[in-house]
Amino acid sequence: MRSITVDTIIENVKEMCIEANYRLSSDMETGIRSACDRENSTVGRHVLEQLVENLDIAEKEMIPICQDTGMTVVFVTIGQEVHIEGGSLEEAINEGIRRGYREGYLRKSVVSDPLIRENTRDNTPGIIHYNIVPGDRFEITIAPKGFGSENMSRIYMLKPADDEEGVKQAVLETVKSAGPNACPPMVVGVGIGGSFEKCALLAKYALTRDINIRSDKPHIRRLEEELLAAINSLGIGPAGLGGGITALAVNIETYPTHIAGLPVAVNIGCHVNRHVTRSI
Amino acid sequence: MDKVITTPLVKEIAEKLTAGEQVYITGTIYSARDAAHKRMYEAIARGEDLPFPIKNSIIYYMGPSPARPEQVIGSAGPTTAGRMDKYTPVLLDMGLMGMIGKGTRSIEVIVAMKRNGAVYFAAPPGAGALLSKCIKKARVIAYDDLGTEAVHELYVEGFPAVVAIDAKGNNLYAQIG
Repeated sequence: MRSITVDTIIENVKEMCIEANYRLSSDMETGIRSACDRENSTVGRHVLEQLVENLDIAEKEMIPICQDTGMTVVFVTIGQEVHIEGGSLEEAINEGIRRGYREGYLRKSVVSDPLIRENTRDNTPGIIHYNIVPGDRFEITIAPKGFGSENMSRIYMLKPADDEEGVKQAVLETVKSAGPNACPPMVVGVGIGGSFEKCALLAKYALTRDINIRSDKPHIRRLEEELLAAINSLGIGPAGLGGGITALAVNIETYPTHIAGLPVAVNIGCHVNRHVTRSI
Repeated sequence: MDKVITTPLVKEIAEKLTAGEQVYITGTIYSARDAAHKRMYEAIARGEDLPFPIKNSIIYYMGPSPARPEQVIGSAGPTTAGRMDKYTPVLLDMGLMGMIGKGTRSIEVIVAMKRNGAVYFAAPPGAGALLSKCIKKARVIAYDDLGTEAVHELYVEGFPAVVAIDAKGNNLYAQIG
């Protein structure tokens, strides 16, 4: 049995919320910088140069990369031999979010009721997903999600007969309709399989994977590569103003599914695809 | 040479802009996004005044992150314009001459833009830190209770934008992809 105090969790979550919003992970940052060299369209290159300058200003002058500092998505992997000491884990995570968004000068973008729409003024609650595993690990990922791209995400309940071709069509249709609204160059998170909700969660989780790491399943790796090439031939380009760099990566996660189904979820991440992971 | 647009934006200038042109905006503009648009729309229905003079104005679809003590404003990039489509034709008919945001607009908005000679600009999306440097003054002038969604009066200098849809209805986005 290993004990972790709620104070440790609060402090880490706070720091991660701030870190995620001021500096991209190195794969994302390198991806945007190298896109500048690969983009053939003049207007597309101009946009990418603005995005690079934006990243530099954000870090140097402590201004969030994007004003939409997101709804805070949290993935917790907790070993079943870990004991949380001093209070509730869920409340500790939300308190970390509360402090991070206040002390980090981050925007409060959460409303308490989807129809009454009153701002909670502290960006809580977060969206927290727990994964309970053997042992005494405790790992936490903070992935603030902007809604420009979130709004352009889709879920499809395909038939098994639709096959790989149907999956490709679903992804391409989603990216096309997302267009400039989703702040390209995007990262496209795809979930295939599971059930309605599992598939959406896979797509979200896929966005937290390093954009240079491909799936370890050969057929999925091929699908990721083919889809990225197809997306980048759509011509949408940076900011949707035309060009060859519409997406930086397609990350696909899969799960076993039912004999009658082929669920596909496409979660679009904008070029400010933020995620920070720590092991505590 | 860089094309500079100053506010208030008159119809004679707006009509001459062409989709695809890069411009730099200088002058006073107003921030308003979802919740502020809803309130303005309801105010119009009740026959009340709007929080700022709408004729020849430019609205920036933006809700900033909070400013640090030494900053004018926090991160301040454009939000998706299409969410304001429902409320926009009535504002255009009252004299709104420019809008700054990101993403596509509805047919209804484009028709109202053509009717009134107005223009829609796209600012670099997700570049809120960069764009905040062009905002020299900022103050909340209405709907303070909405937090980030309050209406801000902003003084901008050299604010970079691309003409996405011009007053003739030419749509840069529609020509792509």
